[in-house]
Amino acid sequence: MAFIPHTDEDIQAMLAAIGAPSIEALFDEIPAELRAGPLERVPERLSEMEVQRLMRERAEQDRQPLCFIGAGAYEHHIPAAVWELTTRGEFYSAYTPYQAEASQGTLQLLYEYQSMMASLTGMDVSNASMYDGASALAEAVLMAVRIHKSARRVLMPATVHPIWRRVVESIVKHQRIELVELPYCTEGGHTIPESLERFAGEDFAALVIPQPNFFGVLEDVDALTDWAHAHKMLAIGVVNPTSLALLRPPGEWGETGADIVVGEGQPLGIPLSSGGPYFGFMACKQAYVRQMPGRIIGATTDLDGKRGYALTLQAREQHIRRSKATSNICTNQGLMVTAATIYMALTGPEGLARVAAASHANTRRLAEQLDGLAGAEIAFARPYFHEVVVRLPRAANAVLKDMEAQGILGGFDLTPYYPELGDALLVCATETKSDADLAEYVQAFAKSLKAFDLSRFA
Amino acid sequence: MLIFEHAKAGRVNTAQALREKADTSDIPEQFRRRSKPRLPEVSELQAVRHYTRLSQQNFSIDTQFYPLGSCTMKYNPRACNTLALLPGFLSRHPHAPASTGQGLLATLYELQEYLKDVTGMAAVSLTPAAGAQGEFAGVAMIRAYHDARGDTARTEILVPDAAHGTNPATAIMCGYTVREIPTDDQGDVDLEALKAAVGPQTAGLMLTNPSTLGVFERKIVAIQKIIHEAGGLTYYDGANLNAILGKVKPGDMGFDVIHMNLHKTFSTPHGGGGPGAGPVGVSKRLEPFLPIPLVARDKDGGYRLLTEAERPQSIGRLSAHMGNVGVLLRAYVYARLLGREGMHQVAEFATLNANYLMAELGKAGFDLAYPERRATHEFIVTLEKLAKETGVRALDVAKRLLDYGIHAPTTYFPLLVPECLLIEPTETEAKEALDEFVRVMRTILDEARRDAAMVKGAPYTLPVRRLDDVKAAKELDLAYRG
Repeated sequence: MAFIPHTDEDIQAMLAAIGAPSIEALFDEIPAELRAGPLERVPERLSEMEVQRLMRERAEQDRQPLCFIGAGAYEHHIPAAVWELTTRGEFYSAYTPYQAEASQGTLQLLYEYQSMMASLTGMDVSNASMYDGASALAEAVLMAVRIHKSARRVLMPATVHPIWRRVVESIVKHQRIELVELPYCTEGGHTIPESLERFAGEDFAALVIPQPNFFGVLEDVDALTDWAHAHKMLAIGVVNPTSLALLRPPGEWGETGADIVVGEGQPLGIPLSSGGPYFGFMACKQAYVRQMPGRIIGATTDLDGKRGYALTLQAREQHIRRSKATSNICTNQGLMVTAATIYMALTGPEGLARVAAASHANTRRLAEQLDGLAGAEIAFARPYFHEVVVRLPRAANAVLKDMEAQGILGGFDLTPYYPELGDALLVCATETKSDADLAEYVQAFAKSLKAFDLSRFA
Repeated sequence: MLIFEHAKAGRVNTAQALREKADTSDIPEQFRRRSKPRLPEVSELQAVRHYTRLSQQNFSIDTQFYPLGSCTMKYNPRACNTLALLPGFLSRHPHAPASTGQGLLATLYELQEYLKDVTGMAAVSLTPAAGAQGEFAGVAMIRAYHDARGDTARTEILVPDAAHGTNPATAIMCGYTVREIPTDDQGDVDLEALKAAVGPQTAGLMLTNPSTLGVFERKIVAIQKIIHEAGGLTYYDGANLNAILGKVKPGDMGFDVIHMNLHKTFSTPHGGGGPGAGPVGVSKRLEPFLPIPLVARDKDGGYRLLTEAERPQSIGRLSAHMGNVGVLLRAYVYARLLGREGMHQVAEFATLNANYLMAELGKAGFDLAYPERRATHEFIVTLEKLAKETGVRALDVAKRLLDYGIHAPTTYFPLLVPECLLIEPTETEAKEALDEFVRVMRTILDEARRDAAMVKGAPYTLPVRRLDDVKAAKELDLAYRG
């Protein structure tokens, strides 16, 4: 029970050394009236065998259908070596590397991670991760406001993930920061740079620029970045890391590149895991590194001049500056970053480019087959990356339910978030989908729409 | 060597490489990347060998004793990991319908119930991704509560100086100013100072209990009364829950909010700095403000997530999905393995180990910060005298411990005690491990008196000797440039 190694003999010897009559006596400083009664809802203990049976039954119940949902979390193949290595006890059960000499493994790995993320995003520096993409965007907004000093408003396109926008709102609103929503082009599914002109001359700290955006659509990132800079705002890029193997990195957007870049790291070797743990990444220009929240690892030397790694710029952090810290964040997502680093090392630039290309090509092939099928159509005419909006002739949730009955999760229902689109689905087919999988999707999709057509004319 | 230094241009690993590159010619040139990102080009064997070797340069719970105060580094049962990784949970998309996740949702619902039970709170939300995010949720709920009542003149959060550093940082993130409350010489909150600080501007108090001084706050009932009478709410920092699990319920004590660090008390591994999970529990009056999503059970017995529409007063979402589900599953398995009879043993044996170690170190000649007090699950040794006599500081002792294969305790925290080591053995360590620690500490004390310079030069047995932190901060090198 409770994984306690003590024998009766140990307990007696220890109590004698303390000079206490019983274990219970060790709690004598707690006022008696505060002592808890027995637990009521925690059940009696199970053996490991019994817990195993219980959990297997529950996991079996949740056996997953073929999944074509993306919307911020993507099913990619994870090389077997990634989690074999990540769950080694020396990574898995290590603590935050405050004693650098005893944590060189984790520290060097995090330095390698920072190097890979800086290069992938085209930025100068990366931190060692945040909770997830959505909360990383909130921290980027707070960081931009700290850097800008005079403005407390941020331009937030409606093409940014709608749930992420809500997360940002819940985190930044207490500091009187306002998010101003930017509309999108209903034909292209993108933010029109000219539509920003009405905000010219107003005081904003930053413009958020998603690439690809929530619809999978590619934005005019050069024009948007340059517009932000021309109007004394920071440009915050929000990107999918897989896409960066193919798409121009935020550090190269416009004349001088984005200032802060964030995104969800889950596509880099992290299982879907019902939503977490994932990790957020954050990178920025060198000039802003002291305003960046979270852990940062630096290379340095030891007493003998030997190269080594340590946490650095800790004066930004809560355990040093308390109420003056850049954020209250006191942890990162170390183990997820371990997996992502090993994933990137195993894919390399060529492997990641192939994953990105195959994911994009699969989505395109699916989109081509759906366009025009039984009243469905592709909603936007702009170029996209690996995710596409399909407009439907009937309610998206009804189509999804039909498809689920045929063993397919058909996509993300956009209707509650973008009612102006009518009935629409966001669909994603990554490299994990075979030709047969795509055919199965098309069949189930067509069946659902045709059944609807029949009933309509019956 | 860095992984990049094993790389050679053009080397393609077979583990991930799809057979050929698919056609992407439909993406126009203006959007396309022009230069390759600098990711390593290594073989699978090179990567496996490199990261295996890196792992071997770490201290970890699986290889070393880690008496790290306030961080609760205890054994992580293997079953928790294995069962959290079952494919049904692991391959599930966060936006998959609830109908495909009844096993998962039932599990999370039960975990909510267990956490209500052990904290004595009316309701629990599992969604905060870490202790600090749980704190944020807690203070944001305090704010939402006052705002909902139109009580907007409350601008200040009180934080005892013996609290974690996250507490003041959290209050600031939630738009409050912070007033620090001093500690008396016995390690309890200074009640007179507290009374003087409380007023109509007080939104609430954040209390870490047991505090980071390793003692249980004896005046907790009086403190509660002072804050509540002034119209403020009380926040219980549950980071040190391991010391009171099954012994004291913060809800029964009248607290309005608590966060729990599941990676500490409910034993999920720290993973080199995360992921954690920081569920929050609240009293009845704060229930409407809990962060979403919450897991609910319908009348027909089915489970689903409650969202904004059903929780209009919620402080909202803190992350894109459900929170760190994988960590929650590990905590659930741990709770089932312990059961109701195992829960209080956690606190009992964590406290036994801490008090035993404190007694033995006292006998070995170390100065205890609060010798008259009971240790909770942790306690403080102060090396102020040793530093004056020999020049050997807490940091030096910490580094020398590494040479003996023991991870250093927390150093220089809390900030209130000079040259301190905050020591937490946890309940999963055997008496033999504690005795060995005492033996090593005794040896280092002798070494310090005989050859201070040697101790100050430690460590000698690790991949690197003492690292230059000043250089790391001054000559920033944060990425490999090749």
